[in-house]
Amino acid sequence: MARSDVQLMLDVKAGDELSFELLLHRYRTPLVNFLCRMVKDQAAAEDLAQEVFFRVYRARKEYSPSAKFTTWLFRIATNLALNAIRDGRYRQMQISIDATGEEDESAFQLPAREARADDRLIERERNQMIRGAILTLPEKQRAAVVLHKYHDMDYAEIGKILGCSESALKSLLFRAYETLRVQLVLLVARPATQSAGEGKRHEL
Amino acid sequence: MSCEKISSALMAYLDGRASTQERSIAEAHLKVCAACQERAEEFGRLWQVMADVPTVEPSVAFDARVRERIAAAPRPKFWAWMMPAPRFAVSVALLVILSIWVGGRQPRSVNPQIATANSEEQFRMIKNLGVLENYDVLSNFDALSDLPASSEPQQAPLQSPQENLHQNNDSGSGSGA
Repeated sequence: MARSDVQLMLDVKAGDELSFELLLHRYRTPLVNFLCRMVKDQAAAEDLAQEVFFRVYRARKEYSPSAKFTTWLFRIATNLALNAIRDGRYRQMQISIDATGEEDESAFQLPAREARADDRLIERERNQMIRGAILTLPEKQRAAVVLHKYHDMDYAEIGKILGCSESALKSLLFRAYETLRVQLVLLVARPATQSAGEGKRHEL
Repeated sequence: MSCEKISSALMAYLDGRASTQERSIAEAHLKVCAACQERAEEFGRLWQVMADVPTVEPSVAFDARVRERIAAAPRPKFWAWMMPAPRFAVSVALLVILSIWVGGRQPRSVNPQIATANSEEQFRMIKNLGVLENYDVLSNFDALSDLPASSEPQQAPLQSPQENLHQNNDSGSGSGA
């Protein structure tokens, strides 16, 4: 039976290096993906993820299982990511709303013959469009959306990571998804109403 | 009720994690708000396209770089447990400096020799309290000022009361015996 995260961390605290390797193996992909969606660039995300694991290891002696391990882990990751973004270290890697729109819209205007031949290109462009839209969100909204959508965390855990109440978090998420809905109208609007979708869109 | 005011309940409802109260609020609102009906549909599609975005895999060297990062960190020295945290150390240092400064402003302690001399003098004064009372009387005795000036004016006023004191003392002790 697999040991729980908390048990592994307690074993790391007791000096078991192998347990740290297991935690690293268990959370490297989720962490790198979370940070990749926060700062876009994979190399930068990996740098931050390495720093997260280093901090977890460094803090092993003081670890006490007062909260879920993932809450602690993603709290460190979120703080590092927010600080890095606010410091401007990864600002140049982010893309503007306008640039994203122009670039990605062109992908959806591909002629049919090219689309048939290049489905993978379209899919890649669509994924870039979604990633770009997420990156345009304010940092806290971005972290909330990524943790909610891609890490399937409940409101209580996300609230603890971001330091806000559940009610405030739900409102934050609602505003974030509303922004994404407008940004990604080409992907989410019904085809029949797509052409008139912009005119019908209601602002909150 | 406006869409903004029920955004919290609407979010939880569309997410499938609403409480009973949130569900009833959201359902009542959706019945009357066409904009939110459309929003609800589009949120569903939005979450679907977001879920289709593939995850990325960490690079092959990721684990090795984490180990390098940990190995490169300076090891804590064996006496590190004795070293207080910087803030604590600064606080203690400030407290010591403040104590020294405040201590320096206190009135200086009396020299022990002077203190001993003073106490002996006080003891003698208390012992001879009766005489001192007489001394007061004598020093304020108007008749003394009427005495004729002595041939040695500097010694006369000083010696006269002293001699009188001794005389009184001797007579007092003599009467007591």
